Amino acid sequence: MTERREFILNTIRTAGLVSLAGLTWSAYVDEITAKTLILRPPGALKEPDFLATCIKCGMCVEACANRNTKPKNAKPTLILAKTGSNRPIGTPYFIARDEPCYMCPEIPCVPVCPTGALDENLVTTKNKLDINKANMGLAVIDKQSCIAFWGIQCDACYRACPLLEKAITIVYEKNQRTGKHSYMKPVVHADHCTGCGLCELACVTEKPAIFVLPLQVALGKAGDHYIKGWDKEDEKRVKNSKARLNRTDINRKSAIDSLNDAGDLY
Amino acid sequence: MKNFIKQKKYLILRRVSQIGILFLYFGANVWGWQILTGNLSSSKFLTVVPISDPFALLQMFFAGAVISLDLIIGALLITTVYAIIGGRVFCSWVCPINPITDLASYLRRKFDFNKISKRQPSTKNIRFWVLGLSLVLSFLLAVPAFEFISPISMVHRGIIFGFGFTWAVVLVIFLFDMFVLKNGWCGHICPLGAFYNIVGRYSLIRVFHDVDKCSECMECKEVCPEVQVLSMITKRTEQVRDSACTNCGRCIDVCAEEGALGFSILGKKTA
Repeated sequence: MTERREFILNTIRTAGLVSLAGLTWSAYVDEITAKTLILRPPGALKEPDFLATCIKCGMCVEACANRNTKPKNAKPTLILAKTGSNRPIGTPYFIARDEPCYMCPEIPCVPVCPTGALDENLVTTKNKLDINKANMGLAVIDKQSCIAFWGIQCDACYRACPLLEKAITIVYEKNQRTGKHSYMKPVVHADHCTGCGLCELACVTEKPAIFVLPLQVALGKAGDHYIKGWDKEDEKRVKNSKARLNRTDINRKSAIDSLNDAGDLY
Repeated sequence: MKNFIKQKKYLILRRVSQIGILFLYFGANVWGWQILTGNLSSSKFLTVVPISDPFALLQMFFAGAVISLDLIIGALLITTVYAIIGGRVFCSWVCPINPITDLASYLRRKFDFNKISKRQPSTKNIRFWVLGLSLVLSFLLAVPAFEFISPISMVHRGIIFGFGFTWAVVLVIFLFDMFVLKNGWCGHICPLGAFYNIVGRYSLIRVFHDVDKCSECMECKEVCPEVQVLSMITKRTEQVRDSACTNCGRCIDVCAEEGALGFSILGKKTA
């Protein structure tokens, strides 16, 4: 009898310890993986899939450090998140202002990935690796602090962009204040921008006025119930739209009647 | 001197193996060597052969990740090797946490802590619960859960790619093993050790005890990190059957003079 009691007690004790451990453990993992402001290497899967698939081996980081195309004495772009760095530990990322992605055409960091967390298919066009297809993030401009928007001439980001005239263009606008000058404002085009961060590095302001944000942060979504009616391709999306019908007692009849039949209004 | 080497043979070999493997990985990152690239989670041997941590793969599977062919091959390779030479050979010959817990265990013996607190407040089976918990949490959180807190990969990654706050983890494990629980991390908690324990269930290389040569000094039980596996000492001539044994060879080293312990392959004793 005592033996059985001891066994039951010990089992429950262990279960208690394990649930305590499980609680703290899952709380930590939940917090650390909730971090959304992190830039991943080219070809990375969407963040939740990336976190499940990345095995934290660091081979992309090594491939990046060993690459030949980078400027001399530059530090490697990719960093493997250290313990206590407040990022999903052991996963690769880069900080554009410190060391952006130089977009090597051979993309050494992607094919070495053993798990497919960096997926070659996402940076391939017509069976050839194509770094211009990378979607690491999107450059966003803060018009308040961008001096080009003040009327001062600066096209540092425009010149630094590896996809010059595609990802960043300059639009001219009349400067009403002086009446004889023009604003030369940079504009980022999301369908071309790879999120490499060379513009963020080049930005002349104290804290960059153009900076790269991860796509899940930078992009909105119109939804399938808004379509471009003039674009046949885009119009097809409407089929995916899940219309939400309100079925309440009031709109079963027409709205006007519902008021008329409401009974004593006065 | 010759005696010293004889009595520390496996200890020295293990340290050479542990440091050597770490150094190859370190060299890959710093000097671009191509012998072993990556780290213990996943690597390439001579740029061709994939090697992967099978426990990480298992967690990824529970997390719902798409598993690549490279990963499956690498994990199968590692599982096969450890299934043959002894699952927990990883623990004592490769794992970078081992020198830390070995040091704590050594100091415990030196300061006679084991005599002061004889009772161990916890069961060694707790690691199998932690193993199960790793898989449950991987499923619930949709990420390989142990990989986010594993001090093994933290230390290994730390040495290769930059240490960060890992020193705190090392310190905590050291203090835990030294003052809280004898062989606390490796012997009670680590789910990776528990995993390799299962992998090595039918391994071919095992420690062998010859009762006729035993002088009943009990030195082996003193130094063994998994004492329960040495239940046959002074009683029967037989192999260590429990796969919790890490094949570290400490017991063989301390028994060098008597020679009552040695490695055996397929039940046949080696010299």
